[in-house]
Amino acid sequence: MSDTSEANGPVEPDLTQRRLLQSIVEVACRVFGAAAASVFLLDHRTGELVFEAVAGEGEEVLVGTRFPGGTGIAGWVATCGQPLLVDDVRESERFARGAAESTGYVPRSIMAAPLIKDGECIGVVEVLDRGLRPRGDLGDVDLLALLATEVALALELLVRLRWGGDARPGPAAADGEDLALLHRVAERLGGAGPAAATVRKLLATADELLAAEEISLASP
Amino acid sequence: MAVPEPMGARGEPVGATDGSMRARGGPAVAADVPPWRRPPRNHFPGVPAWGAPTAERAHERFDVTPLTRVTPEWAWGGADGSGLRVCVLDSGVDGAHPRVGGLEGAFEVVRGARGELSVTEAEPYDLAGHGTACAGVIRSIAPGVSLTSLRVLTEGRSGTGEILLAGLEWAIEQGYDVINMSLSTTKAQFRPALHELADRAYFRRCVLVASAHNMPVRSFPWLFSSVISVASHDEADPMTFYYNPSPPVEFYARGLRVRVAWPGGGEILSTGNSFATPHITGICSLILSKHRSLTPFQLKSVLYLASKNVAGREGDTSV
Repeated sequence: MSDTSEANGPVEPDLTQRRLLQSIVEVACRVFGAAAASVFLLDHRTGELVFEAVAGEGEEVLVGTRFPGGTGIAGWVATCGQPLLVDDVRESERFARGAAESTGYVPRSIMAAPLIKDGECIGVVEVLDRGLRPRGDLGDVDLLALLATEVALALELLVRLRWGGDARPGPAAADGEDLALLHRVAERLGGAGPAAATVRKLLATADELLAAEEISLASP
Repeated sequence: MAVPEPMGARGEPVGATDGSMRARGGPAVAADVPPWRRPPRNHFPGVPAWGAPTAERAHERFDVTPLTRVTPEWAWGGADGSGLRVCVLDSGVDGAHPRVGGLEGAFEVVRGARGELSVTEAEPYDLAGHGTACAGVIRSIAPGVSLTSLRVLTEGRSGTGEILLAGLEWAIEQGYDVINMSLSTTKAQFRPALHELADRAYFRRCVLVASAHNMPVRSFPWLFSSVISVASHDEADPMTFYYNPSPPVEFYARGLRVRVAWPGGGEILSTGNSFATPHITGICSLILSKHRSLTPFQLKSVLYLASKNVAGREGDTSV
């Protein structure tokens, strides 16, 4: 789970993002009566697609797995930016072999839609082996496309919340007084005496406290 | 081409819009270059649009296809696309796939050391498979066409908008009759340049067939009126298509469970607007191969008149 969620910012996926993506794939899995649903995000540095959340088949092992962009059905979708549905993929020996090697599960059908943010494809949401099809194939593709749009918007809002600071007070948003204090402490911390050691411990504790608060603020 | 009395807008004899056949000099342009493929004027390319003094001198003659009663049989009956050159702007094409039936050429957009983009010949390969699938659909509809692959889609890397523009400009300049674009860009900054290219293609009788986006995002070029935009219907007949009376998307073609080529020789069943688009590309190729002088606006009219919900109203679905 490295910095795959943003092309331009060092944004680490936090608990909220993991929960958001997991809830999306759980919903997709239920709505389509699918064997599995997953969200991939694109690592713009390497061009790879990374499994970020999986529900159903493979959920225990696939998260964090990477594969080259442009390959597989998810790769098609990331490449062309259009939702697609593929049936009878087992008829393609090459596809079946590739799928089995990379995920251990060979589906019959795969439906996928791109996650588009600011005109860029940042990932793909994918559904394997739909069991319920009351809407028909075209209706299912349209529904998945809408779901993908929601995911992309939710990810964008999450990033904005984390970096914009307009919706919640950021723990790191120290004011000038805090910064001056920290600066004075840093200047006096050069010594190797017992006081300096104690202050270092205090600072480490303060850091842990603030980090815990950040996680709880970021959680629903 | 009959050019009995070539006339320029100011009354001077011209054979090309840049005045290169003027009596006062300039390099000659081959007489068989039609007006819509001639290079732009040296000065003020494209503008101003001078008036034509047709009352004083006869306007330049050119081949025309008058439209009579258009039916599917009239439109493409007996045609196989022979003589048409089609370019597939996509992820590349597996030239050895039996469904593709051979390529006239394979090219790709490459970035030079200083970031400049250029088009070079490439191996006919397709890592993603999307372009191979589209090429196979076109071949299945119009077996006689000449297919060329131009790779503009890269594997998940950025900068694809610039590559798409460079590739499209090259394909237009190369004079392909039809360009299949089962792709779009959502980046608004590329819209003006893409719009200009779509219009340039339109005036050069280079037909752009573009996939509509079935997501609630604004993407291009399918939204432009100068292209033929395509979404999917859910019927099985590859030659059935509908006109959409509430655009922007103008036509619906077969896009459901289409058996398409998969790189390496296999096939899969695929659903999406990406595969509806090459159906219309194939049908456009059939029509243009039978009626070589149709303009893009005439072609769109023929598609309209031959679509199932227009021609079919009078029970005339003979093809």
